[in-house]
Amino acid sequence: MKMPSEPHTVAMTTLPDEAAGAGVHAGARAGQQSPEQSGTASQQLAVFDPADPFDAGSTFDPEATFDAGLEKRFSLAAQPAAGLEAENISAWFGERKVLDRVSLSMPAGTVTALIGPSGCGKSTFLRILNRMHEMVPSASLAGEVLLDGQDIYDPQQRITAARRNIGMVFQKANPFPAMSIYENTVAGLKLAGLKASRAEKDFLVEDSLRKASLWDEVKDRLHQPGGGLSGGQRQRLCIARSLAVSPRVLLMDEPCSALDPTSTRRVEETIESLRGEVTIVIVTHNMQQAARVSDTCAFFLAAQNTPGVIVEHGDTNAMFSDPRDQRTNDYVNGRFG
Amino acid sequence: MSTYLPEYHPEQETEATARPLTYRFEPKDYVFRSITRSGGIIVLVVMAMVGIFLASNGISAINEVGLWKFLTTQNWAPESNDFGIAAVLWGTVQIALVALLVAMPLSLGTSLFITEVARGWVQRTLTSLIDLLAAVPSVVFGLWGAYMLQPNIVDFSKWISVWFGWIPMFQVEGVDPASPLRDTVPFTASTFIAGLVVAMMIVPIQTSIMTESFRRAPIGEREGAFALGATRWGMIRTVVLPFGQGGIIGGTMLGLGRALGETIAIYLIISPVFEIKFHILEKGANSIAAMIALKYSESNEFAMSALMAAGFALFIVTMLVNFTASAIIARSRSGAESEG
Repeated sequence: MKMPSEPHTVAMTTLPDEAAGAGVHAGARAGQQSPEQSGTASQQLAVFDPADPFDAGSTFDPEATFDAGLEKRFSLAAQPAAGLEAENISAWFGERKVLDRVSLSMPAGTVTALIGPSGCGKSTFLRILNRMHEMVPSASLAGEVLLDGQDIYDPQQRITAARRNIGMVFQKANPFPAMSIYENTVAGLKLAGLKASRAEKDFLVEDSLRKASLWDEVKDRLHQPGGGLSGGQRQRLCIARSLAVSPRVLLMDEPCSALDPTSTRRVEETIESLRGEVTIVIVTHNMQQAARVSDTCAFFLAAQNTPGVIVEHGDTNAMFSDPRDQRTNDYVNGRFG
Repeated sequence: MSTYLPEYHPEQETEATARPLTYRFEPKDYVFRSITRSGGIIVLVVMAMVGIFLASNGISAINEVGLWKFLTTQNWAPESNDFGIAAVLWGTVQIALVALLVAMPLSLGTSLFITEVARGWVQRTLTSLIDLLAAVPSVVFGLWGAYMLQPNIVDFSKWISVWFGWIPMFQVEGVDPASPLRDTVPFTASTFIAGLVVAMMIVPIQTSIMTESFRRAPIGEREGAFALGATRWGMIRTVVLPFGQGGIIGGTMLGLGRALGETIAIYLIISPVFEIKFHILEKGANSIAAMIALKYSESNEFAMSALMAAGFALFIVTMLVNFTASAIIARSRSGAESEG
């Protein structure tokens, strides 16, 4: 395993202490007011009230609109990778609890793999990391997600800023079909309402496509529709699109599950080349892939009718060679799941 | 157990030929196919019969004056052989365009609100209210327009004509803006008011078609946009509107088709004039359908034939509009799931 920033000196996995956690954080949902609801009128914040049927979610912040310059809201300059810290994340869909007080640290510039059988909540966890979870109408959550120490669910934070800093690549490649490859790559600028000069865009397109190792394949047809690419190319186009807004963290939700082995290798090479520049969190069902690309690994598991938890997490080598929990051992060796 | 290696002779390549594929249907499928097919055929036959009926009855009137005169004459006096659809056809199109201009943004906003902003009971209630609006009989809209909307809107008409009268379209003859008297009569029974009422009547169809096409914008693309830090408007602009383009155009055209054929509401509001008018705020308007309703009871056989000819012209125009609309809806992406 390559360790770009801070090498782990002790290659050892961690088993979350269930008992201690339960004592401190029992009733986390009841005691902690949900961040969306804690804004007050005096703060001049238009906060999203999930119960308001006239509004599916508003993030308008009148004060910020006046004082924040464009460059403050959005910068074309690449930002350094940031550490991501999930603290006591619980999640519900309606009444059904799918995650229970999950904490995980994802150090800056590293690649973290989330593994575990289907339905154990790892995709939900990933979607909580960039506030996509709340797009599901019945979804709710508790806990904190700290990006460089700053809670992205803080009422003062803008949801668009959180999502721009924490990009996401989905299981199914979703380029905008009406746009060309070029337009797709810089779509983030348009979506954020940012004007960029032609030269800036040209640079950004080449830079992002190179990072996603797609440039050589598409440089002669940048203005053809993005939908005309192969599955693997479309996925890498989505990666390039995410990179173009210079995120500090990139989340990947089973990015290779629909790809053939060659395309999978290209995506893995892309991940390899991004190591150190961006913090990457990847959900994968492919054990070998997790072992190949990740520095640290977290094993999620949900027993019958109970919410998902992290059974074990830590250095990838240790997770695969010498797991401390029997269930991890069984899973990474393909004995279930 | 061992594996097999099939023998392959490249020189025999030409031996393979495509075989014809035939298949037998289950008896149940035969019954189902015949029933659905006859349903489709009956609709087509009825449609064709309406067209043939109108054409065959109208042809004698058109022959009497000639096609060119029929299309260009503004007057409608079959008894003196001086009639044509120029004025009424123009009036029909004008009312429909006013209706479209008002209804289109209203429907677009409503459907975006329903699909992208409203949630829960607001969304459900609004959707069914819009559908309910479609069920209101047009005579009720006509009465509402004539007795409720008109007395209240004429001051607005006047305001437009006073301030924007320099645009020929908004000019109204015989009104002195400086006069202190509230003289609103010249503003009643106008194309503008008829168009407003028709707008209310075509909002439901436009809204429901746009809503349907917006709703089908793929969740993957929506999430992709949001994951890039899109604002809601940014997401709508890049994902929902391009996807729903066909629905917007198609819904608008279907609304136009309806507006062209609207009869009784217009009949109740306008005071018919048989001249090509450009002043939409001024008293006096006309439409083919309203004219037919107006003249029908007092017509002899020849006058009836003339009305049939006018009806045939309307039939052709609405058919063209509706065919264009359905072609656009069918060809748009919103009619199909995204590929891949």
